Amino acid sequence: MNNRRRFLSDVACGIGSMALGDLLAADGLSAPNPLAPRKGHFEGKAKSVIFMFMEGGPSQMDLFDPKPELQKWHGKPAPESVIKQVTLAFTKPNAAILGSPRVFTRHGKCGMEISDWLPGIAGNADDMCLVRSIATDAFNHHPAQCLMFSGSQVVGRPTLGAWTVYGLGSESKSLPGFVVLASGAGTSGGASNFSSGFLPSTYQGTLLRGTGDPILYMSNPPGITMASQRAGLDAIADLNRMRHKDTGDAEIDSRIASYELAYRMQSAGPELVDFSKESKETLDMYGIDDPKTKAYATNCLLARRLVERGVRFILIMNASWDSHTNLNTKLKANCEATDKPAGALVKDLKRRGLLDSTLVVWGGEFGRTPVCEIRNTQEADNAGRDHHPQAYSMWLAGGGIKGGQVFGATDDLGFFITDNKVHTHDLQATILHCLGFDHTRLTYHYMGRDFRLTDVHGTVVRPMLA
Amino acid sequence: MKRCSGCHGAAQQMNGLRLDHPDFILRGGYSGPALVKNKSAESRLIERVASSKEGVRMPPAGPAVPAAEIEILKRWIDQGAAYPAGLRAAPAARPKSSHWAFQPVARPDLPPVKDAAWARNPADRFVLARLEKEGLRPSPEAARTTLLRRVFLDLTGLPPAPHEVSEFLADTRPDAYEQVVDRLLLSPHYGERWARHWLDLAHYADSDGYEKDLQRPWAWRYRHWLIEALNRDLPFDQFTIEQLAGDLLPGARTDQLVATGFLRNTLTNREAGVDRDEARFEQLVNRANTVSTVWLGLSAGCAQCHDHKYDPIKQTDYYALLSFFDRSEEQEIDAPLPGELGAWLAARPEYLRKRKQLLTEFEVPALMPLWEERIIEAIDKPGTQPEWDFALTSMKAIFDRTVKVMKTAPGKRTLRDQMRLEDYFIGNGTRFGLPHQDKFTKLRELKKKLDALEADLPVYSQAMAMRDDSEAPPTKLRVRGMWNQLGIPVEADTPAFLPVMAKSGAQANRLDLGRWVASAKNPLTARVFVNRTWGEFFGRALARTTEDFGVKGEAPTHPQLLDWLAAEFAAPSSGRPWSMKQLHRTIVTSATYRQASLARPELAQRDPENTLLARQSRIRLPAETLRDVTLAAAGLLSRDIGGRSFKPPQPEGVAELGYGRSRNAWTAAKGKDRYRRGLYIHFQRTTPYPMLMTFDSPDSSVTCARRSRSNTALQALNLLNDEVFFEAAQALAWRVESESAGGISERLNHAFALTVGRQPAEAERQRLAQYHDRQARIFESEKSALSPWVGVSRVLLNLDEFITRE
Repeated sequence: MNNRRRFLSDVACGIGSMALGDLLAADGLSAPNPLAPRKGHFEGKAKSVIFMFMEGGPSQMDLFDPKPELQKWHGKPAPESVIKQVTLAFTKPNAAILGSPRVFTRHGKCGMEISDWLPGIAGNADDMCLVRSIATDAFNHHPAQCLMFSGSQVVGRPTLGAWTVYGLGSESKSLPGFVVLASGAGTSGGASNFSSGFLPSTYQGTLLRGTGDPILYMSNPPGITMASQRAGLDAIADLNRMRHKDTGDAEIDSRIASYELAYRMQSAGPELVDFSKESKETLDMYGIDDPKTKAYATNCLLARRLVERGVRFILIMNASWDSHTNLNTKLKANCEATDKPAGALVKDLKRRGLLDSTLVVWGGEFGRTPVCEIRNTQEADNAGRDHHPQAYSMWLAGGGIKGGQVFGATDDLGFFITDNKVHTHDLQATILHCLGFDHTRLTYHYMGRDFRLTDVHGTVVRPMLA
Repeated sequence: MKRCSGCHGAAQQMNGLRLDHPDFILRGGYSGPALVKNKSAESRLIERVASSKEGVRMPPAGPAVPAAEIEILKRWIDQGAAYPAGLRAAPAARPKSSHWAFQPVARPDLPPVKDAAWARNPADRFVLARLEKEGLRPSPEAARTTLLRRVFLDLTGLPPAPHEVSEFLADTRPDAYEQVVDRLLLSPHYGERWARHWLDLAHYADSDGYEKDLQRPWAWRYRHWLIEALNRDLPFDQFTIEQLAGDLLPGARTDQLVATGFLRNTLTNREAGVDRDEARFEQLVNRANTVSTVWLGLSAGCAQCHDHKYDPIKQTDYYALLSFFDRSEEQEIDAPLPGELGAWLAARPEYLRKRKQLLTEFEVPALMPLWEERIIEAIDKPGTQPEWDFALTSMKAIFDRTVKVMKTAPGKRTLRDQMRLEDYFIGNGTRFGLPHQDKFTKLRELKKKLDALEADLPVYSQAMAMRDDSEAPPTKLRVRGMWNQLGIPVEADTPAFLPVMAKSGAQANRLDLGRWVASAKNPLTARVFVNRTWGEFFGRALARTTEDFGVKGEAPTHPQLLDWLAAEFAAPSSGRPWSMKQLHRTIVTSATYRQASLARPELAQRDPENTLLARQSRIRLPAETLRDVTLAAAGLLSRDIGGRSFKPPQPEGVAELGYGRSRNAWTAAKGKDRYRRGLYIHFQRTTPYPMLMTFDSPDSSVTCARRSRSNTALQALNLLNDEVFFEAAQALAWRVESESAGGISERLNHAFALTVGRQPAEAERQRLAQYHDRQARIFESEKSALSPWVGVSRVLLNLDEFITRE
């Protein structure tokens, strides 16, 4: 059975506007390439996505959502009427409010208020849509990460990046369509944050590694030079062609194409990670040479280079922002490691004219509580914050997003959303919209039903759009 | 009530609520009663129709119920909601469906065919009849070498050795092929190959999943049971019952308990701070969905949140099914393997003595109560001591049944629980603010000593199993599928549109469920199983959507063949009922199976997906088999059957991606174990072995009834460059050179025999000989010590034919 053809008819059912013929024609092969670039339901402004995932839950009231009222309540238990509506992972209902020592100043023409720990990001205020009213349903890491990326708290569904590549294919002919970069600790979600779930594995995220081969198994085995590799691949291709003649199986054509793409990747990989042609000014802007920012800066610069090379979706994971304790030291360290590179990335994309077609997203799986969590009453600066799914902040920029605006608001203490709630599913619907999809029509039939990223929920948040 | 009956009437009952008759009004819907007699103010019916809030007010669209009518309703409720006795509604009949899959299986008559001689068994008659109707001829039988490799791979997942090929080619008996089939069905590798398929359905893994993703050191016991069960051809009805309810069988044996490990493959969320009730509910959902997909081919999961849209599965049916698992608990059991008990028993008294001595020496009996006291305080008075709140939260996530065990007096705990608790206390317990900090600090040393003591104790294997929990409170339907939105109570039962289940007691249990599932009267079980099995042999099942036999699933291409196979499986005309091996034999000895897989131009347009079965199909090998054939060709494969999982070499940075990276460090197996078969690869859920994922293994989070088969560049890189495969290429080169003394041509013959089980055609020989010389020159110019045969081996191991079952 020609599985690829079967798959394509599945795809064709899923993406209404996608013409099977386009796919069939891709690469001039009789068996189509599932990564061939294709159109969404309409022309989306974003051609690629960079999702900066700050794993663990950055503290919104210390970074993006100033709450002077917290200072007044500092040390006092939260109002009972409020706390009883809050689900807490670790903290008990009698926990005290924790004020934020951060100083917020206004940035850009729009005057967006952002914390003193994020000067780099704040520099792009006029390009950012800062959403202070994100809400999720899960208050534990892994379920919340699953919800963020796959639309369901339960593991196993395809993730945002996989859906994107499934829908749009990729412009790159020599790199995977969905690339993952990681820095810091391991994440709770691990590979499930970039899994293709029940979509074909063609769409799963490929980890670009910091050590060893940038892409798994990209280097030849010891003793095999590129000359040997080429000679071997030529022989494989010729023998496969002979088999194709005998069997008439179009799948063999695809196999030959896959091996050729593999060879191209072997050349494209080293070129991708080679920064020698980047200017010193660029490298400095990201903070490549500063040990504090090096890891994240490398990933941010790689992200830009991936966008330039037509890669569709880039997930940059950074862990962990899970500051249950010692918030003031841990959060500071996280900001110092990532703020400068993140700010530089947006700036760099913009000056190269790439920001309009690149959607940048920054945020975690949930936020942190206005109340304080203490795990050691003897330690002076032990205070931290618990998980807070009810209301937190994220920001987006570029690719179809209207910058220079703050969207949504929370109450004086930051417990709940008072204005313009954006649920995870709404965020997903909006991201897919920027890419040119009606989120209700990007579906895949599996186990007896049509699945989609937003499950049965989600509304595009129009005011966020340019 | 006319305003309501559109959604809550005879034809449709949204949220289980029917309002067209007082009887139903009083009964209420899934969320509970619609009214409280005499108390209109407390009645939900009034609340909903009188509300002004969108999302609450009923009806949700259109004009609101006029105030005057609401008043009438209120009055009626306040006066006791009485109605004339003569107005009784007829009791609801069991729902019926005319959908093909829900009708009883009837053994169809064999259809007449023109070319009766082509049919080797009755299954062929159905296929041929259809082909003749379409005016098509079946394909000729596949080349003998192709056929042999095909049946070896399909029955054992391993390729034939060169001598097996030559023996078969030399065997001129008319039943030479059947002889091979019978031998393969008796091979212990048969159980391995078919276990791999069933493990997809069971969604087996060696770790918990979710953030902590703790390893499950005894998960493999279920896999081990599975391989043995398949090898001894445990009849499918018994096979089913043991996995669903082995623990409830009268006088259950240990292996039958181990079989319930099927239900233990659900994920466990041990993230600290997780809500245990929510996490448990997710496990129940997983179990209900798994059983429903695996045996019934029903996407019952839709009914978690609402009545199924297309199939006659009510939300109550779903929770009735879920209730079987709600009334069960996980249990860890002693499950010694043959030969273990004696040595363990002999060593145990000494172990216990030394353990007690160590515990006393480190003053555990004195220290532990101090700790227990604080944990119990945290259970009873949360919010008083933050450190101990945290200690309890963390403990609950890792230590199963924390509250239950802590609330049992030390003397009354089972020995297993007591030792488990001691171990937890010594290894993880919080010491915050307790007196004798120095003594607590020393427990680290004790931990090391206990670990060393334990390491000396002979292995006494454990297993993960299930047990009944008859004290469990009744299951409640969850409104909109939300774990904490409790609705009406539901009793364990099977879907009402299927045959009635016999209950062994007042409450049905998993054993009743197992017997009902595995009954020949169940219209789904046999059909679903034979259909999926057919798919494994042809790359496409008769009903393509093996996981969905509902109204939205694809209809079978050969409905009568499906029914004949199902009837023959559950109640054969001769031989044993429910024999999986017999079913496999029927399929692989059929003329349909033995056809060539070569494409036929005249079929390309008419039947591109080969639904008519006018030929066989070429199928890319599954990930695990790909590994196995490579190692087998190279002569590296370890043929040990069953046992623990192992870790093959994997590049640095893969395991490190997960949260539990320190605990779940990846240390590659050494020696023979490094070369074990793919189905034994340790499956770490958050960071699975890359090669498995690259080649479409399911991620083991939910049941998988049908793998996808992709074809990607990462696969090419994996086979070309992964050290596992390069090692195999080197070994194969060594084998070719050492086993075949002749020139290039003889060696190529041998290399072909070892890899694709046939001799090269002249063009292939020439091309490879040319490549051999070219590679030799390249290595020479590079002053490389590698043999050109390493290159030739790499080429062969990467051929489409090599990684395909043709």
